[in-house]
Amino acid sequence: MQADSLTFIFLNAFIINNFVLAMFLGLCPFLGVSAKLKTAWNMGLAVIFVMLVSSTCAYAINTLLVRYNLEFLRLICYIAVIASSVQLVEMAIKKLSPALFRMLGIFLPLITTNCAILGLALFQTNREYNFTQCLAFSVGAGAGFTLALMLMAGLREKLELADVPDVTKGAALSLTLAGLLSLAFMGFAGLGGQ
Amino acid sequence: MVNDPRLPEPLSWDTFQQGLWKENPVFVMLLGLCPVLAVTNNAMNALAMGLATTFVLICSGVLVSLLRKVIPKQVRIASYIIIIATFVTIVDYAIQAISLDLYKALGAFIQLIVVNCIILGRAEAYASKNTIVNASVNALGMGVGFTFALLCLGGVREVFGSGSLFGFSLFAPSFQPWSIFVLPPGGFFVLAFWLFLFSVIKERRKAAAQLKQEAGNAS
Repeated sequence: MQADSLTFIFLNAFIINNFVLAMFLGLCPFLGVSAKLKTAWNMGLAVIFVMLVSSTCAYAINTLLVRYNLEFLRLICYIAVIASSVQLVEMAIKKLSPALFRMLGIFLPLITTNCAILGLALFQTNREYNFTQCLAFSVGAGAGFTLALMLMAGLREKLELADVPDVTKGAALSLTLAGLLSLAFMGFAGLGGQ
Repeated sequence: MVNDPRLPEPLSWDTFQQGLWKENPVFVMLLGLCPVLAVTNNAMNALAMGLATTFVLICSGVLVSLLRKVIPKQVRIASYIIIIATFVTIVDYAIQAISLDLYKALGAFIQLIVVNCIILGRAEAYASKNTIVNASVNALGMGVGFTFALLCLGGVREVFGSGSLFGFSLFAPSFQPWSIFVLPPGGFFVLAFWLFLFSVIKERRKAAAQLKQEAGNAS
């Protein structure tokens, strides 16, 4: 598989270099919102959507900044654009589909501080992806985030019933679980023939 | 005497020390975990990341505290983010100028300091309500606490994962490094181990305090 083919970029962001389990991006929602399967699914959908929008915006802005030699403003522009695009998406969803808006609830505004979104914008700039590659990358990253979140939520729902020592309850146990998941995802490392 | 939350609190040793142990951003509050796990595969990267974050913490703390009466309440979060992003850009270019190798090792994670919740959290919860001196001392404490946590992880991961510390090898050449420690799962496991250790210590202290109290009641 070609390193810059769309399938490879998608698979790379989806499972090989999973945003959460291999690159450690978006850990806060990963540990915070993964207690229930249903909310994990909703959060994942919201993140995929915001990733697509902000990736498109970041691509456009980067083209503009490069043309006027203003690359040092990149970070400030990206963060401002992500914050406002989350706000815009929130307003649009509220107007178009109140049902979906109620389903996503508080998770939508919280996405602004998710480092996976800013990370996506920075990585696509560093790797100099073109527009279609950016789209494949953002869908792959979003799907990877959703997959990791749902796997974690499923495991934690089962774990509720398990009897563990008191001191390991809470964050330590969740992190061990995440480590095991990450270990499992390392098995995908050779995929794509590198 | 009950502290009035509206008044700026007086400068004390506690202002600094708070971030070191009682409210350690990583081990107690579990904030800013992304850089903690991502750049700690050796101690040098961990130290550099800690210093960069401390610099941004202090500078943004001072500026936010300086402008706390100027910034309107409604747009404060946006203003804080712009302030933080400015300092992160400075750090980004500075590291690139000082050491290109380090810059490549840390990658996009220097720029991702912007979304580190510790910094925005300090700006919102502390710097926007206190004087410049207090804010900078508190930020320094938090920064040192964060660097300490990063070094805890980076040290353990480097010693086991590549058999060295800060680049100096520690073991005989026959040492077989446990490369799992420098790979992503190792980060999760080492952090989980530290959290486990701290919660054991906390439990022990609580039990000891309880025992002492009971002994006091009995006599």
